[in-house]
Amino acid sequence: MTTISDTPRSYLRQVPVGRLPPPTTQAGLFGWLRSNLFSTPGNIALTIICILFIAWAVPPLLRFFLIDAVWTGTDRQACLASATNPQPGACWAFVRMWISYFVYAFYPIDQRWRVDTFFLALSFGAGWLLWPSAPRRDLGAVYFFVVLPIISFVLLSGFPAIGLAAVPTSLWGGVLVTIVVATVGMVVSLPLGIALALSRRSHIPVVRLLSVTFIEFVRGVPLITVLFMASVMLPLFVPERFSPDKLVRALIGVALFASAYMAEVVRGGLAAIPRGQYEAARALGLGYGRMMALVVLPQALRVTLPNIVNTFIGLFKDTTLVFIVGIFDFLGTVEAARGDPKWASPFTSVTGYVFAGLFYFICCYGMSRYARSVEAHLSRAGRS
Amino acid sequence: MAQHCEDAGDRARAEVAVEIIDLHKWYGDFHVLRDINLKVGRGERIVICGPSGGGKSTLLRCINRLEDWQRGRIVVDGIELTDEPKHIVAVRRDVGMVFQQFNLFPHLTVLENCTLAPIWVRRMPKHDAEALAMRYLERVKIPDQAHKYPARLSGGQQQRVAIARALCMNPNIMLFDEPTSALDPEMVKEVLDTMVALATDGITMLVVSHEMGFARQVADRVIFMDEGQIVEINEPKGFFDHPQHPRTRLFLEQILR
Repeated sequence: MTTISDTPRSYLRQVPVGRLPPPTTQAGLFGWLRSNLFSTPGNIALTIICILFIAWAVPPLLRFFLIDAVWTGTDRQACLASATNPQPGACWAFVRMWISYFVYAFYPIDQRWRVDTFFLALSFGAGWLLWPSAPRRDLGAVYFFVVLPIISFVLLSGFPAIGLAAVPTSLWGGVLVTIVVATVGMVVSLPLGIALALSRRSHIPVVRLLSVTFIEFVRGVPLITVLFMASVMLPLFVPERFSPDKLVRALIGVALFASAYMAEVVRGGLAAIPRGQYEAARALGLGYGRMMALVVLPQALRVTLPNIVNTFIGLFKDTTLVFIVGIFDFLGTVEAARGDPKWASPFTSVTGYVFAGLFYFICCYGMSRYARSVEAHLSRAGRS
Repeated sequence: MAQHCEDAGDRARAEVAVEIIDLHKWYGDFHVLRDINLKVGRGERIVICGPSGGGKSTLLRCINRLEDWQRGRIVVDGIELTDEPKHIVAVRRDVGMVFQQFNLFPHLTVLENCTLAPIWVRRMPKHDAEALAMRYLERVKIPDQAHKYPARLSGGQQQRVAIARALCMNPNIMLFDEPTSALDPEMVKEVLDTMVALATDGITMLVVSHEMGFARQVADRVIFMDEGQIVEINEPKGFFDHPQHPRTRLFLEQILR
């Protein structure tokens, strides 16, 4: 602007150009609205259509689920149309009445404190492990992977020697079973999946063949089939008294199934690690185990974190399939409760399913958000 | 531990640091290394140059067994490299390597990069390993970056961290595989300066490089390799001023033009 010298072919800057703020059309609320909602005619049309859709869909939903909804009551009468409530909405009274069944199912009422204690112990361990700046996370891992499973088993199944009455797994159900199946599935599938992925890349042909066979077989079969095989076929081959408990069989089925998927996810992460990382580790004298544990896997798992969480979310929802082999998970309890004639009303089923949907959504969305925050944390630290 | 130090000391006093005898290597049908014979003396500084694809890097990578070979022998610090994992690990503890692409561990801080091998391979207490790492980071002049992640550093800084990381294992021999080839021109000098300083310490160095100025200044001998063979070995003065083999002459003309 000011510094072009007289000779046209050469140039020497005399005054440095300071930083200027961006033009107002790009900054602030107006800038945002303009560039995101009203930038082109097509964009404007889309914005208007979306606003109309929201205006059409949201108010009736709010009215049905919140404003007209029935919150209190002791039986179906509350949720039927009456003089005081000519157009009743969702029947939340039904959910309130059945909620303890949804959580504990047939777990003996006087023993339910044991389930609560298990939930507390689990949340404590999960919080310890998942909160990135928690103190002594190594101890947290020991607690979560060693102490917690023992406590949980003793608490939930019972241990008559110390005064905890045995509770057979046929009485377990509801959220308890969903959480147990999902947690065991996740905790087992990650290490097992890593082991399978490493075996699949092994230089030893037999190891590789076994791993590939297992992964491809499990991935080629629906989870329902695996569950049926675990619950129906296993007892045919194993004598009755060695045959494990029904819930344990389902747990094994779910865990093995998830492991095969996890193996493929981890394999993708391993493939993303450049050869130079292996070479640098080996040149420093690290053996295979330490190279993998200290250099390769930490990076591979970080790369695959979104996919790992994606698999976990899928697994969490797949736990509903244990209903097929006669285990009452959370969705199973909702399914059973909505058939209760005492609560038969036009909207009982809808309310039950929406409640179940909310539960699964909150759990899965929570996992997804957590993964995003960890990713953001890692990229802020500049570890990419 | 004391026993080990004594062994290392004995080996350090041995005259020959690396001995390569009748080495041949094939990639499938491709004969990459042909009849390599080389003795590197203790404390000697060797620069290997030559056109790309000539087998320079492959030869260097054989010395710490990142590559295997089909014929011939390599003895490093008195240890013969065979398939025996114990021997391979023993050699790798004694031989530091610096790569063209740095190969720092991106998930670890600079300091953690440097302490990883001392802690896990040498079994050094964490505190001692950190003190050692800081000493070497000071020597490569980046102690202030110790707690950053490698991605935050410039290429030249990363390569100096890679040198410090290798030095933390107290190696008797250092291998440099084109250490400045991936750097922006303005960062080449800081890395070369670090290597020159290292050379004056008397550590045995084998450097694959096209930095002829560095070779002239530091090398005891310069090796020219082409088509998997050692074509010419000479002291730098003779090598640059009176190259003997026509292939060497052609190469030098092309890069010194």
